[in-house]
Amino acid sequence: MGDPFALISQWFTNLLLGWGLSESAATVIRLLVGAVILATISMLTVVVLIWVERKLAGRLQDRPGPNRAGKFGLLQPIADMIKIFTKEIVTPAQADKTIFHLAPVVFIASVLLMWVVIPFTATVMGANLNVAVLYVVAVGAFGVVAVLMAGWSSNNKFALLGAFRAVAQMVSYEVPMVLALMVPVLLARSMGLTDIVNAQSVWFIVAAPIAAVIFLITSMAEVGRAPFDLLEAESEIVAGYHTEYSGMEFGMFYVAEFLHVWTIGALLGTLFLGGWRGPGAETYPLLGILYFYIKTFIGYFIVTWIRLSLPRIRIDQMLAFNWKFLTPLILVVLIFTAILDKVLEVYAVSGWGHALSMLALNVVIGWATVQALKKVEKSRQRRRPEFPPRPVAVAPKSE
Amino acid sequence: MLTNWLYVGLFIIVALVLPAVTIIVPRFIAPKKPNRIKVDVYECGIETVGEAWVQFKVQYYIFALVFLVFDIETVFLYPWAVAFDKLPLFAVMEGVLFIALLLAGLVYLWRKGVLEWA
Repeated sequence: MGDPFALISQWFTNLLLGWGLSESAATVIRLLVGAVILATISMLTVVVLIWVERKLAGRLQDRPGPNRAGKFGLLQPIADMIKIFTKEIVTPAQADKTIFHLAPVVFIASVLLMWVVIPFTATVMGANLNVAVLYVVAVGAFGVVAVLMAGWSSNNKFALLGAFRAVAQMVSYEVPMVLALMVPVLLARSMGLTDIVNAQSVWFIVAAPIAAVIFLITSMAEVGRAPFDLLEAESEIVAGYHTEYSGMEFGMFYVAEFLHVWTIGALLGTLFLGGWRGPGAETYPLLGILYFYIKTFIGYFIVTWIRLSLPRIRIDQMLAFNWKFLTPLILVVLIFTAILDKVLEVYAVSGWGHALSMLALNVVIGWATVQALKKVEKSRQRRRPEFPPRPVAVAPKSE
Repeated sequence: MLTNWLYVGLFIIVALVLPAVTIIVPRFIAPKKPNRIKVDVYECGIETVGEAWVQFKVQYYIFALVFLVFDIETVFLYPWAVAFDKLPLFAVMEGVLFIALLLAGLVYLWRKGVLEWA
């Protein structure tokens, strides 16, 4: 069994050339068809994800989840889609109409564009860019613009507040995220995702567990999911930046959020869990896709699990957590990773030896972090004023 | 390489058109019955006072400035990480020093009390 995707692509090109098209026109059409397929598959994944997420949420919260429409509620997303397609789209009269309608489109495009560089197998991917990591970060930052567009154009005070919070959060969490992404780049000596996958004869999660965890946390904040969903804190600012959206336009924000979480899983799988690599993946590309989806689901499941388990944090806690904990930690990790990597290179250590030395380094840094946190907590407790215990109800004085 | 970028260019168009179509389709099948109250801005059900486009104190502008510094410095660090193989020890230590400077800057901001949400 050869590579079925290469065969299909070859067949399609020959078909176009057979119709008398020129070489370059055939290439453009082939790429366009590829782009449409990739974008459509990504959008349709969300239909499945909505069911998976709701079922997971149900199970984790000790209830059955959707179970009426079809077997196991499998038709629930279809029902949701029919409902949302036939819903009225209300546009506020005072809104800035152009920007208002443009925002959901830009938002979902920013997430869809990330899928261009993610390798499904050794050969199946949108584009093998040599700056893929930087590209993912750059495209992801477009989401911030879309959120600000949505919040500002709604002419709603709560939407505006939500957008401001979103920008503060996304801008802050981008710093440790970019720095965490630098660790696999440094280990693989390349920014291309194919090269990073190829370099993972030992998965990078062994060599860089702290960077993997920080990447996961920061990208959760980037999506704005609980516990980082301050931008749509219902109890404070209605629904945040998408308060005024309804019908399919709200649906697009919803879809983009789900797809973004799935994308995080895909990036985590590609950068730290070896992507499509697995036993037999080189000879059977279809197996590679299976491995890729399993690894993607791992990241997706962790994010969903955290979302359903933890309460929302305060905005000052959110920013303090980022600037006073994640950023210094990842900077320290980066410094020592670079030094140790160079030392190991001098002594020509590679493969498992390299990975395990890196793991030891990460363990030491993690242990030091925990000790430092304990110390901070102790000094904080010392500073905290002692209040005498106060009874809730005082017995009335007898007269 | 050029084919790859052509693909990205085509994908940008597709990624904008696909959601746009999805939003336009309900315009034909969904009802449209606006009235004065429905198209009003929703702010907890109370009638809106004034508009939201006013001067606003952006509390986190200083974070944005810090972010800018960090992001630009990261862009310098990426090529350093990519070319790590070819770097002599001196260049590696220079990069490490650069990151250490970043860390020192962060500590300085911290001590200055910039990282507090006022």
